Formats: sequence, structure tokens, C-alpha cells
Amino acid sequence: MESRIGFRNTKSIIFKGVIVFFAFVVTIPLIIVLLYIIKQGVTQVNWHFLVNVPAPVGEPGGGIANALVGSLIMVLMASIVAIPVGMLGGIYLSENPGTRLAYYSGLCVDILQGVPSIVVGIVIYFWVVKPIGFSAIAGSIALAIMMLPIVIRSTEQTLRLLPDSLKEAALSLGVPYHRVILKVIVPCGFAGILSGIMLSIARIIGETAPLLFTALGNSYLSANVVKPMESLPHLIFTYATSPYDDWHNLAWGASFILLLFVLTLNITTKLITRKWNIQL
Amino acid sequence: MEHTIVSSSKFNAWFGDNHVVKDVSIEIEKNQVIAVMGPSGCGKTTFLRCINRMHELIPGATAKGSMKLYDDEVYNMNPIYVRYKIGMVFQRPNPFPNLSIYDNVIAGYKLNGIKMPKADFDNIVEKSLTSSALWNEVKDSLHKKGTFLSGGQQQRLCIARAIAMEPEVILFDEPTSALDPISTSSVEQLFHELKENYTLIIVTHNMQQAARVSDKTAFFYMGELVEYDDTKQMFTAPSDARTQNYITGRFS
Repeated sequence: MESRIGFRNTKSIIFKGVIVFFAFVVTIPLIIVLLYIIKQGVTQVNWHFLVNVPAPVGEPGGGIANALVGSLIMVLMASIVAIPVGMLGGIYLSENPGTRLAYYSGLCVDILQGVPSIVVGIVIYFWVVKPIGFSAIAGSIALAIMMLPIVIRSTEQTLRLLPDSLKEAALSLGVPYHRVILKVIVPCGFAGILSGIMLSIARIIGETAPLLFTALGNSYLSANVVKPMESLPHLIFTYATSPYDDWHNLAWGASFILLLFVLTLNITTKLITRKWNIQL
Repeated sequence: MEHTIVSSSKFNAWFGDNHVVKDVSIEIEKNQVIAVMGPSGCGKTTFLRCINRMHELIPGATAKGSMKLYDDEVYNMNPIYVRYKIGMVFQRPNPFPNLSIYDNVIAGYKLNGIKMPKADFDNIVEKSLTSSALWNEVKDSLHKKGTFLSGGQQQRLCIARAIAMEPEVILFDEPTSALDPISTSSVEQLFHELKENYTLIIVTHNMQQAARVSDKTAFFYMGELVEYDDTKQMFTAPSDARTQNYITGRFS
């Protein structure tokens, strides 16, 4: 008996060791990728890099100002559309969980979340690019579609966690339903909704596929939303696949900046969720 | 016994097919404390929630019959107006976690978008918190979040929030069942002071509490109003055998 218990203990220790080992193993690729991008990219980044457009082949210097501005404009336009629509959709889903409409729209949200981004791109190509041409608007619409399901689901999930007593408290004071939602439910779930929004931005800011044949890309600084526009991931794609070393360095620098954005958004989200003690 | 403020006749309520309140007729007089007691699942909370039309907010819940506030049929009034006139305090303290103590008290005004000079709001806050016996404890931290208070203080904050709307009636749904004994006694003391200005209807699980705080007691059993009488009478000489059995502890 004594020896059997000893054997079991040994098994437990070995098992725990294996788990810890693999926990480390899964973080190694992440660390290697991060370190490599930082090593390659950080030397490229300086003020000049951020405020200039890419230089022609052969000329030294050049920067990613066109891609930075383009990405910000397109993410902003996508957010303006997707955040309100997504929040309202999420509110509907959390408020009316039993209805048929909620069931089918919930299903659609899940399917939309699973649609490959290149497919979203091609749909927008036929809907928007064919009639009005390659443009930042087309890119933004594609990004907004990518963003919607994340905002909807995170809003829904956050609001579901709020206790009913909160709603009852407001209703018992004679507050009309729409004000209960806008003044009590949404503010109380604000941290969760905000995290969802930030995660969705982190997701779309790195999307390349839907931009390939919608926003196209542009080597010059442009803020015209009906004309092609550059974006960070697209710039990385174009310049990394080029045969020139200068351009490769540009792509590394842009990758570093993109990584910085995504990490900042993710870490801020983590901090918010921890501070407000919410789960997503 | 001058005049009746809330009255129901042949009032019924359902959850889906489940008939939870059966033909309840009751007349409640102004400025009294009415205790509603009965075993679990007897429909007392449902009846209470019917009075300010909170019952109908639950999916599948329906109600039928006459429920009057003075001479007006509650179910013909705008539910929002009904809830202005009939305030409610819940089982668990539920202050708004995103609002300060100050804003919690005037939440009924703020959330309805009613604008007033700040001095008026200051007045309402002080008056309501004084009536709910919380002013001295929180007057220096009015702008802290309401959720920092203890459970008993939160419940008194919720009472202040209900009082601030100057309702006619305040409904209490087992207001002390989530509180410790000390907080419970402070809330019970409040009832005596509040009935000067308001009519209180208190659902309670606790017979001693009903006996301590109320002028009249209603005993519900299986959805029916079995007996409604002066509390003293009810606890010394109940007229119905079921009441007798309940208060002597034969079932609970």
C-alpha cells in the first residue's frame, strides 16, 4: 500500500512536470517571434520613419507615413460604423435571448465570425469596388464587417453578466426602458464593451486579406477616402515580397509598429478586464 | 382607517400556466405598515410586484383583476407613473454600481432626465438620507461609490433612493433577508419612522419581524389571501386554522 501511494505521488509529479514543460513550450514561439520582430524593426523606427512616405528604390530613408495615416483612417471609419451597430445588436441579443430573431441573428454572428477574411474582401470587391473603384471606403466596409461579430458578442456577453436586479432597480424608479438601457445597463457594462471594442480593433488593424483588393494600397500619402489608400499590413505585404533590402527593412519597421499597436490594445484590454473584474 | 390607498379585488396573477396569486382582495389604509407573510412560493412577492406592475416585466407573466391606487385603476395607468407613485426596495441591496452615493439617491431624477438646480438636489439628498437614517454615516463621503457601503447601509441607500421620489407607497420585498441582525434592526426601526409619511407594504419571511414592525398583517397561503387583520389579533387569535398552524410553526 505504502509503495503504491509513493508511486502515485511520483506519477503526479511527473504529470505536473509535463504540463509545466508544455506551458513553456507554447510560449516559446511567441517570444521568438516578438524578439525577432523587435530586433529587426526597432532600429528602423525613428521620427523620420514615421513622417515620410516610402522612398523609391535606391534612395535611402523613406518611411511609412502613408500606411500609418491610411490604417488609422480606415480603422476609424470601420469603427464609426461597426461600434454603434454592433453595440445595438449586442444589446438586442442580451435583452431578448429567447426570441427567434435573436436565435437566427446570433447564428449569423457566429457564421460571420467564421467567414475567412479574404471572402469578406471578395464580397466587398463585387459590391463596392466594382461600382466605385478601389477606395478606402471599400476597405473600411470590409474591416467593419470583420469587426461586427466581435463587438456584438462581447457586448452581449458583458451585458448578460449584469444582474437583473440592476434593471429592476431602475425600472422600479419609473425609468422608461430605453433610458434603463442607455443610462444604467450600458454604463455598468462599459468596461466590458470597451474591451470588446479594443480587441476587435486589434483584430482588424492587422487584417491584410480584405484590404488587398478593396483599399488596394498607395505609395503616396492620401486622405481621400474614395481613392486607394495604403495600410500597415498591406505595406508590409508589398514591401516584404519585393526584392530590395531597403524595402525589406521598411517592412520590418512597419511590422514593429503594427505589433506595438496590437500589443498595446491587448494589454490595455487585459488591464481593464482585471481592474473591473469582468470576463470576456 | 381614514382612507384606503391601495386596494385590490379578485386579483389574479400567473407565470405562464402557473396560477400564483388567486382572487386576492385586500384594502390597505394610508400611513400604515402592512406585513405580508406566508410560506415560500405562496405568491406574496408576486402580489407585491403586481402592485407597482413589476410583475409584468417577467416574460410569460400575466395578471388580471382590479388593483387600485386611491380610485385609479393601476393597470390603466402608465406603468412609469405607477412606479413614480409606488416605490420599491428589493431583497438584495441594489445600488447602481456606477453612481456615487449622492447620485444613487437622486437616481430616479437623474435617470429620468429631470433637471433641477443643484441646491434642490442637495436638499433632496440630505432629506432622503436623513429619513433613511444614513445621513450621519455618509455625509462626508457622498461622492464615493455606493457599493463601498456595507450591506445594511446599501439597503438604507436603496430606501433613500425610493424616498427621494416622494412616492405614496413603498413596497419592500424581504428587505432584511440579506442583512445581518444589526443592519436588520436599524432597517426595522426605520419602518416606524417612515410610516409618518408613507404607506409601507413589507413582504417578509420572518414572523417575528412581521409581529415587530407591522400594524396589520396579511397571511398568504398557496396563492390565496387567507387572513388579513390587525397584527396583534393575527398573532394572538387567528381566525383561520391555516394561519394558526403557520404561526405556531407547524409548517413553514
